[in-house]
Amino acid sequence: MSILTLDRDEIVRLAALATGDEKHEASSYSTLDALLVLYGRVLRVDPADPGWEQRDRFILSKGHGPAAYYAVLSWRGFFPEHWLSTFTRQGSRLGSHPDRLLVPGVEASTGSLGHGLPLAVGVALALRAKGAKGADQRVVVLTGDAELNEGSNWEAIMLAPQLQLGNLTLLVIDNGSSTIDLVPIHERLAVFGWQAEQVDGRDHAALEAALSARRDSPAAVVATVRTTP
Amino acid sequence: MIAMRAQAIDTVAELFEDDPRVAVVLAEISVDRFAPVFARDPARAVNVGIMEQTMVGVAAGYALEGFHPVIHTITPFVAERALEQLKLDFGHQQLGVLVITVGGSYDYGSEGPTHHSPGDVQALLTIPATEILVPGAAAEADRLVRATYANGHLTYLRTQLAVNREPRDVEFGRLLVERRGTQATVIAVGPMLDRTLDVTAGMDVTVLYATTLTPFDAEGLNRELAGDDVIVVEPFYAGTLAGTLTEALRDRPVRLHAVGVPRAVIRDYGTPAQLDVVLGLDAAGIRRQIVSAIG
Repeated sequence: MSILTLDRDEIVRLAALATGDEKHEASSYSTLDALLVLYGRVLRVDPADPGWEQRDRFILSKGHGPAAYYAVLSWRGFFPEHWLSTFTRQGSRLGSHPDRLLVPGVEASTGSLGHGLPLAVGVALALRAKGAKGADQRVVVLTGDAELNEGSNWEAIMLAPQLQLGNLTLLVIDNGSSTIDLVPIHERLAVFGWQAEQVDGRDHAALEAALSARRDSPAAVVATVRTTP
Repeated sequence: MIAMRAQAIDTVAELFEDDPRVAVVLAEISVDRFAPVFARDPARAVNVGIMEQTMVGVAAGYALEGFHPVIHTITPFVAERALEQLKLDFGHQQLGVLVITVGGSYDYGSEGPTHHSPGDVQALLTIPATEILVPGAAAEADRLVRATYANGHLTYLRTQLAVNREPRDVEFGRLLVERRGTQATVIAVGPMLDRTLDVTAGMDVTVLYATTLTPFDAEGLNRELAGDDVIVVEPFYAGTLAGTLTEALRDRPVRLHAVGVPRAVIRDYGTPAQLDVVLGLDAAGIRRQIVSAIG
């Protein structure tokens, strides 16, 4: 794991290179802070060797709106900064949904919602089958709150605790997108057997503490993002 | 005669034993038949419950980590219900899996149309680079499983109850020549071979046997082509292979005829053999359609 200075302004600058937006728009991206904390403080990755066997795995299930993701990957050195300005253009490697075959550091191609969590369960099982020690080598999957409406997520949400996947962390970025209003997401997940907690999705210290916690069953961190910082 | 499903599962169990990269992901169906793999290494064998989408996604997770996953269930519940998972998790990501289905076409004759799947191959053909295998005997299923399980492609192997009397020495990606004639070319797919051979016995036609549908053996077909009529006898919706054959025969001025399952919801019940009669895929029905095609 790396202990990097979490330079939020730098990520905002890089994301703005991708979208061409004014900086204040990039600043409001719901995933930006969680991704910055993950790649700056939590995940063990090696940008010089994206396929390093001992790395932690991160799957962006919510593939849309990837500017902050690309910005963070570029910040960590997975690909050069100048790629960002090609975002979504013909010939670019950086589309509106990430493609693992085109972008170094991207573990899974996503875009259609509800695919990442079942994939992550499979990756967590596979790491266990390879002999990765318990929660030592981790799989983190990011979904949106509205994405959780997809039934395939709830299949995997039912399954993961049954399989005692302590190496799996579900990070839900809850920006209030879902039009289905039920009990809070972390309470729903707890009923299904997850060790779930809710944190402020802009609070780096809270995100780092929650995402770094080691569990013996699947962990869920619901990061609430309601207002522009 | 050994059922193709039983053989395919036995073969997978052997490969699972020999190759530590094989993983098996099930959704309740056939869990009992796979008991040896669960006993051997539960870290590589998982039953996810009644979750077909997740069965596919979990298998893709294993594939991302370098394993050779095998998944299995009743045909429509993976080929149609989880088609997007097959398309994106495997097809678009260029990951390999072996999908083994049971109950092709209308094998579950008394269960009704929810369990039928004459559209499965057409659905799978929409995913580029998918390998589609339709063996016609247990020993052929064994060969094709061994030939493809670790090749890194999305491979779909379809089993039916109907099997031919004698297995052939099938080879992945190759058409076999069963009989040579001059007036027309008949292509029998998988379990349709015996009945096709029976009804064409007195006809001056070439009969080819297809067990690999994609990649299709276009070279073999063009080499063996006889006459100006090509008749495909297919155990799924009639015309499923029209696009494949049109591409294979693009330089040849031939008439293409499809003998297969009529495109209507099957509402009758009965054994597969009884439904063959209703749907025109028993020997008499196939003969009638071939004669009508080539006069």
